[in-house]
Amino acid sequence: MKVMAQISMVMNLDKCIGCHTCSVTCKQAWTNRTGVEYVWFNNVETRPGVGYPRTYEDQEKWRGGWKRTKRGNLKLKDGGRLWKLAHIFSNPKLPEIHDYYEPWTYDYDMLLNAPAGDQIPVAKPRSLLTGEDTKISWSANWDDNLGGSLETMQDDPILQKMSESVEAEFSKAFMFYLPRICEHCLNPSCVASCPSGAMYKRAEDGIVLVDQDQCRGWRMCVSGCPYKKVYFNHRTGKAEKCTMCYPRIEVGLPTVCAETCVGRLRYIGLVLYDADLVAEAASVEDEHALLAAQRSILLDPNDPAVIEQARKDGIQEDWIDAAQRSPIWKLIQQYEVALPLHPEYRTMPMVWYIPPLSPVVDVVSGSGADGEDARTLFAAIEKLRIPIGYLAEMFSAGDPDPVDLALRRMAAMRSYMRGVNLDGEGDERIARAVGMPGEDLQEMYRLLAIAKYEERYVIPSAHAEQAHDLEEMGCSLDFEDGPGMGGAGPFGSSSGQSVPVAVENFQSLEARQTADRPSSPGRVNLLNWDGNGTPRGLFPPKGKDVPQGDMGPVQSTGKRNKGKDV
Amino acid sequence: MSPIEIVLWVAVPYVSIIAFVAGHIWRYRYDKFGWTTRSSQTYENALLRWGSPMFHLGILMVLAGHVVGLFIPREWLYAIGITEEMYHWGATVMGSFAAVLTLAGLAILIYRRRTVGPVFLATTVMDKVMYVFLALTLGFGTLATFVHQVFGSGFHYRETISPWLRSIFGFQPQPELMANVPILFDLHVLSALALFALWPFTRLVHVFSAPVGYLFRPYVVYRSRDDVQGTRAPKRGWDPISTPDPQRLRRP
Repeated sequence: MKVMAQISMVMNLDKCIGCHTCSVTCKQAWTNRTGVEYVWFNNVETRPGVGYPRTYEDQEKWRGGWKRTKRGNLKLKDGGRLWKLAHIFSNPKLPEIHDYYEPWTYDYDMLLNAPAGDQIPVAKPRSLLTGEDTKISWSANWDDNLGGSLETMQDDPILQKMSESVEAEFSKAFMFYLPRICEHCLNPSCVASCPSGAMYKRAEDGIVLVDQDQCRGWRMCVSGCPYKKVYFNHRTGKAEKCTMCYPRIEVGLPTVCAETCVGRLRYIGLVLYDADLVAEAASVEDEHALLAAQRSILLDPNDPAVIEQARKDGIQEDWIDAAQRSPIWKLIQQYEVALPLHPEYRTMPMVWYIPPLSPVVDVVSGSGADGEDARTLFAAIEKLRIPIGYLAEMFSAGDPDPVDLALRRMAAMRSYMRGVNLDGEGDERIARAVGMPGEDLQEMYRLLAIAKYEERYVIPSAHAEQAHDLEEMGCSLDFEDGPGMGGAGPFGSSSGQSVPVAVENFQSLEARQTADRPSSPGRVNLLNWDGNGTPRGLFPPKGKDVPQGDMGPVQSTGKRNKGKDV
Repeated sequence: MSPIEIVLWVAVPYVSIIAFVAGHIWRYRYDKFGWTTRSSQTYENALLRWGSPMFHLGILMVLAGHVVGLFIPREWLYAIGITEEMYHWGATVMGSFAAVLTLAGLAILIYRRRTVGPVFLATTVMDKVMYVFLALTLGFGTLATFVHQVFGSGFHYRETISPWLRSIFGFQPQPELMANVPILFDLHVLSALALFALWPFTRLVHVFSAPVGYLFRPYVVYRSRDDVQGTRAPKRGWDPISTPDPQRLRRP
């Protein structure tokens, strides 16, 4: 057994209202640069729909992820190492930019400088690739809220797999939102596809990253990832991807998408897993067994044997403690309501989803029945074949049972808590019907519905003895075209020394602001004084107890030091 | 030995070699981030699908041919039974094939670069300069092969150019060997030397990133956060700083 820690996320789709706040804040934080205009590390898709990039889930076309060979081994679905190297000059499975969308801006200048005329001036869309006028015909959210879905919805790879037709009429539709980030898989096929070895999984927290200095732009990661969550920066010629906001995670803060989530539906925490068993679990023959296999390699953080082995494998105490308090562990293993996205890709994704009950509740309430009555809901879950089948294709490789159980538990929680609120106690029969004690349902309710910040995000910070590693030095003027850089270098834009990731070191900032001593030794003046202590030379001498000797830069005169011999 | 010949066949090659070696070292230290293929495949794939593999496979064959022709003394080949006729015939046939493949690929790529809007916009000045010298080198080389080897009587460059080049690398330059070389071969050599001098400052650096290691490493790469302080060493004066030692800040 080799215990490793993994930062992972669970999203409660039942609460997602599709507001795209996560996407927008993520984009502002990470991809508001040239070269990645079309890139959304976090995007929110309306399902049923074709997704972003279009039809990315159709692995017969894109050939991302892994496949199981006849001998039971795992092989990249697109082909082995030699195949990859043979196709390095032109990657046949690389999505073109039009599979995402052509990025554009508007000719805003026209609004200001148009000559006086009869018509109101219009800002025409301009392509950011060619600079020419363009006609916007697709975007990351073209079919948002099923808009225009009558034309494209039948291309949804999952619907095609189900060979079902879904009523796309607005009144009859079933619909939900799917926010997606990088899955930070336990068995990442993007990392396995990278010829340069520039992509790696961090041993401490399992975050999958691209070493920008080592990436040579071979583009195999883009096609290797079945979720299409590695992107090609067309200006720098390097791969970029969701970083799980590692500078924030390292100081104990949730990711930007999670922090800004209006619905408070994202959960971040640690899970411990057995790294020795990953390959075995990912190569289980039956696709329906993949979910159970992945659950089986997640280790119980309360098991003494696991704790002991974790210590041996160098996992610190506070990380073990965080794993024990992890909301992820509870949602995946205890309540079994969270499910992975497309386990059949065999990458062992670590961003899991609680399937949405709301389409079911909507149907029940819409028909005039009681949307909080357990029996009605259970019956509806059984009856609504298409939504369940669809969810099963997404979250359990087509096996309806795990989705069914998760939805029943959500429904049970709903009506059990109605009992608690209206009758003063929950109906234990409801709890028993889904195989959970009533207390567990109440705890689950607390985690999912009350969703306190501290319970949603249990993120141990990186270790203090490594704290200096978190501080990056860099000039804030060194951005492209900035005064420090002078624009594009001779080798094209963005070559030369890269701009360091600016880290707002939350913990150290807070520590400095609340410390009772100056943050830096040496002479303190009005410009670098942070308000703490009473630096020498800043204040007039105060009575005879002020020493004249060399006592260092700090002189505290507050009550704190009363009675001490100064 | 006229001064101009000394300059052309002694000075220029060494300048080119120094620029090539020192340039790569400098570029690698200064600009690891810019060290990439700068692929434009996301913009356009229909032409690239044909042009890029044709060019790259062709140029690899050309490279292999040059290694055999320039660096392996013909006596060695005689020793393993490859006679002058066999060599000449093989080199001419395979060389012509590789040249046509490379040039056709290059033509497709240059056409694509000029006509596809986003690709043209992403082309830097250095790219354009590089294309000129690359095309000149390939063009003169092909022309020399066709004029002298295919349609002419055959020029024995293994008696002249090859030993001259080896003499350069042996630091005993023999410029006199280049005295009677046909002008097309001269131009081919000189444009190649110019290309090599430019090489480290163009996107051609990606040649040295050929990912051979991929065949031998495990699929999934793990790295510790502690090791990942970038792959470049911190510059002087930018050593990592640590938080001040609280003990030293406290009064005794």
